[in-house]
Amino acid sequence: MDFVAGDYDVIVIGAGHAGCEAALASSRMGCKTLIITISMDNIALMPCNPAVGGPAKGHLVREIDALGGQMGLNIDKTNIQVRMLNTGKGPAVHSLRAQADKKMYQEEMTKELEAQDNLDVKQAMVEEILVENNVVKGVKTQTGAIFKSRAVILTTGTYLRGKIIIGDFNYLAGPNGLQSSINLSGNLKELGLELLRFKTGTPARVDRRTIDFSKMVEQPGDEKNLFFSFMSKESTQYNYSCWLTYTNEKTHKIIRDNLHRAPMYSGSIEGTGPRYCPSIEDKIVRFSDKASHQIFIEPEGINTYEMYVQGVSTSLPEEVQLAMYRSISGLENVEIMRPAYAIEYDCLNPTQLSLTLETKNIEGLFTAGQINGSSGYEEAAAQGLMAGINAVIKIKGQEPLILKRSDAYIGVLIDDLVTKGTNEPYRMLTSRAEYRLLLRQDNADLRLTEKGWKVGLVKEDRYKQFISKKESISREMLRLSQVMLNPSDQLLRDLLNLKQSSLLKNSISALDLLKRPEITYFDLIEIGYGDKELTNEIYEQVEIQIKYEGYITKQQSQVERFEKIENRIIPQKIDYLNINGLRNEAKQKLSTIKPFSVGQASRISGVSPADISVLLVYLEQQRRKGVYNNEK
Amino acid sequence: MINDTIAAIVTAMGAASVGIIRISGPDAIKIGNLVYDGKRDFIKTPSHSILYGKVYDQFNKKIIDEALFLIMKEPSTFSGEDIVEIQCHGGIIPVRKVLELVLRNGARIAEPGEFSKRAFLNGKLDLAQAESIMDIVNAKTEKGLEVAINQLQGGLSLLVNEVRYELLRLVAFIEADIDFPDDDIERLNSTQQLEKLIVQRDKLINILLTAQKGKILREGLNVIIIGKPNVGKSSLLNALLRENKAIVTDIPGTTRDAIEEYINLGGIPIKLVDTAGIRESENLVEQIGIEKAKEFITKADLILYVLDIIEGISDDDKKIILQLLNKVPTLFLANKVDLQYNQEKVKAIKNVLGEKELILISAKESQGLEAIEERIAALFFEGSLQVSGESIVTSTRHVQALQIAYDHLKGAINSIQNDLPGDFVVIDIRSSWEHLGKITGDTIEDDILDQIFSQFCLGK
Repeated sequence: MDFVAGDYDVIVIGAGHAGCEAALASSRMGCKTLIITISMDNIALMPCNPAVGGPAKGHLVREIDALGGQMGLNIDKTNIQVRMLNTGKGPAVHSLRAQADKKMYQEEMTKELEAQDNLDVKQAMVEEILVENNVVKGVKTQTGAIFKSRAVILTTGTYLRGKIIIGDFNYLAGPNGLQSSINLSGNLKELGLELLRFKTGTPARVDRRTIDFSKMVEQPGDEKNLFFSFMSKESTQYNYSCWLTYTNEKTHKIIRDNLHRAPMYSGSIEGTGPRYCPSIEDKIVRFSDKASHQIFIEPEGINTYEMYVQGVSTSLPEEVQLAMYRSISGLENVEIMRPAYAIEYDCLNPTQLSLTLETKNIEGLFTAGQINGSSGYEEAAAQGLMAGINAVIKIKGQEPLILKRSDAYIGVLIDDLVTKGTNEPYRMLTSRAEYRLLLRQDNADLRLTEKGWKVGLVKEDRYKQFISKKESISREMLRLSQVMLNPSDQLLRDLLNLKQSSLLKNSISALDLLKRPEITYFDLIEIGYGDKELTNEIYEQVEIQIKYEGYITKQQSQVERFEKIENRIIPQKIDYLNINGLRNEAKQKLSTIKPFSVGQASRISGVSPADISVLLVYLEQQRRKGVYNNEK
Repeated sequence: MINDTIAAIVTAMGAASVGIIRISGPDAIKIGNLVYDGKRDFIKTPSHSILYGKVYDQFNKKIIDEALFLIMKEPSTFSGEDIVEIQCHGGIIPVRKVLELVLRNGARIAEPGEFSKRAFLNGKLDLAQAESIMDIVNAKTEKGLEVAINQLQGGLSLLVNEVRYELLRLVAFIEADIDFPDDDIERLNSTQQLEKLIVQRDKLINILLTAQKGKILREGLNVIIIGKPNVGKSSLLNALLRENKAIVTDIPGTTRDAIEEYINLGGIPIKLVDTAGIRESENLVEQIGIEKAKEFITKADLILYVLDIIEGISDDDKKIILQLLNKVPTLFLANKVDLQYNQEKVKAIKNVLGEKELILISAKESQGLEAIEERIAALFFEGSLQVSGESIVTSTRHVQALQIAYDHLKGAINSIQNDLPGDFVVIDIRSSWEHLGKITGDTIEDDILDQIFSQFCLGK
């Protein structure tokens, strides 16, 4: 009954946001790749909110793009609104967010996968990972088809033993009622992997025609011409608004009266939910003094009447949901098209992974996305990309691509997951990044394009564009430092007076003038000292680098310090149990996590600075004795 | 921890004409330059050379000492890192002041064996030497634990925790504002942030003031023995020294004009100053007069006023005593009770002292010394001898952490005043919070997220 159906370098299981990036990266880097999905109709499905980006998440998308990933390009082609958030704050936290047309997003990504060389797309249910002597050999589907491979990337999202819960009703299903994957979960357990159970939820989708928008506040998008991808040049033609309304005392009363029917409180949910994405019943209980909660009504797309009700995710029974939604201003006559639900699913304890996202116990088995305990499309895509890249690198026998916390949000995300683990679905936040000032969305290309180029994922056109941008920036910085301003220049004096900026006593460089907070690059152009030929991107980089130089330099020197210890690689053969002086807790934690570097070791909870001292001394002793001569 | 810059006093504490502070690590030259005040370009000075200059405290805009600066650049140094050694005047006080200044400029105080540990890690020691380093590192783990426990019990951690919590709340406000720009949460404008920061900064100032008292603990309570010639001041000093373990011998110094001895009196370190040590001023009261006595009095934390019970009280004594009363804590001692004395004399003294107690002693026979110790201890522990505040900052490490935390809060305030947005302001607040965490124990990043999610209702 079993039969060999194909032989690949890399097999990706699951075609969500992680799976798509993994498969595209692998095939684009030249590996024969297969992506298997339970349903060909649900590639790149957005089962929750119809948006991509926002603080930290937008940063991730830009980084994915800079490395040669697809998410940025895809949302640029399919968005129906874009907004730059946090513009009143520093440049490091400016964040792009787009509303997506969900169907269009899926169609574009599906097209991309199908058209990709080296990539096969198949619909099947994988039930078994084939492993021999702790090395992955391929996968087997429920129909007995065996696909051989040298690496397998699991990107199963919320499908693993997925269970949907609406009030006291529940059934086994993936997101949106799709078929869940039951047997694979058991197989992973048999392979010795530790599973966790997490929970998340989504609000109802309601019929646009039954909403009274006159009772809500319109939230329009920004002007277009804002892109995630450094390669996108053309905006979509759509600019749809979102709408703001609020819950009220009546809503809260309905929820309180029915709290005993909420699975979270009746005890029928076992999984751990995220704190930043609480259900409405959770919000009412935890913040009982808050008289109202805000709700955004967001379009799901241009060819549908479905609207997403952001802020009211719930697992209350359907009839309670209806009463609750209808108590909200503007939703008095609303019709629910799809009810809200909570979903529970199996995922891996991510501390079982190394920084390449390969499982430590099974060679060639990589995992990415929600299966690693994360949450969010962008977090998933970022991991998918890195797992795809590192699977190929492993097959080719090259150096792994590990992004440090000082390189990218992606580095922070993966390091957090595999070093510290997580006890709730992990969401990226800018406050998690120590070097936030350096990891800006505006310089993601400057930070990462080179790395993407080295692994062969960034193509020539992008690389050339990057080189030229980089050169223009340094050329312009140099020029500005050499252009001296004449204090008696009338245009300059007028400008300074207009900007209430103090007049010059002595001649200073244009660069020094630009350091003043009130002076912009465009002012320099006004008075004839700027270069009109350059692009807005260049102006932006030049301004940021000049205006925030002090802070940036400070953070860069912190990074240098950080990287020194980060670059002290620990030989994988090390036996922590035999190191005298390590406390027992540290011995155990280090043996389990198997940190890649001393830096990573120092972030493991339960490993103290004194333990790190002991470790450093031990490593040096061993080096002197020549124990690790064969390794770097 | 291997990449920061460390510093310590490397000469033995106590009597010495020269004291050496060693700074080792990537910022050693930078920090050396910050405290160096001299003619040369410190940074560009070639390796293994010596510069003469002043040690300058840019925080208080004053010169602390004059010194020789030895500049040694990696890799040919003891630790294999950049090293600056500052040779200043010996004795506890100048050396400590220079160290404190170096720490405030960004070095961390070295742990036991740390210079050697670095030397080893950088290939400067052989394997045999390294084994012993391992022992030191291990021992330190135990000791560090003990110290940490002791610190946690103090009132200091309560105060520090209070500031930390308020800073954490403020960080949560700013971070939530950044990460959740569309959520409907309370947001603080920059004026509100500024107000909150100023409150916490002032609290840190108060805690730092108590470091003054910490200084008393480190340098000793300044106790001055005053009295007419031949009342037995030197005998008293010697008796106290005999009965108590002398910590350090005298500090010969150009600016000092009295004999100073350090003793540990019932756990309280005391610097005893015998004015009899002043050359040719045996009869201080008559010769130099009341004015000079006053000058001494202003420097004292406590005065031991010695009277001769045989001679009784003189008019000069009366004048000085009236000056002393209610100004500086004073213990009045009637010496020579081993001899025959007249009760009338005692009565006359007591009349002048009023409510104040008179302790009868015999320095020669070591009588009544316990009473002196008890009174000093009582005064100290009941707070009469304290400078200000309630809790005592004792360790240099604490003072350093507080100082840096304070500097960061000033930085945050500065950023707000320069109209910089929250993501810049919060950098310094977080650093301040982290440094305070070094006093209380842990600095866990997750605390910030926990605070955000418990403080605000967030999410879709």
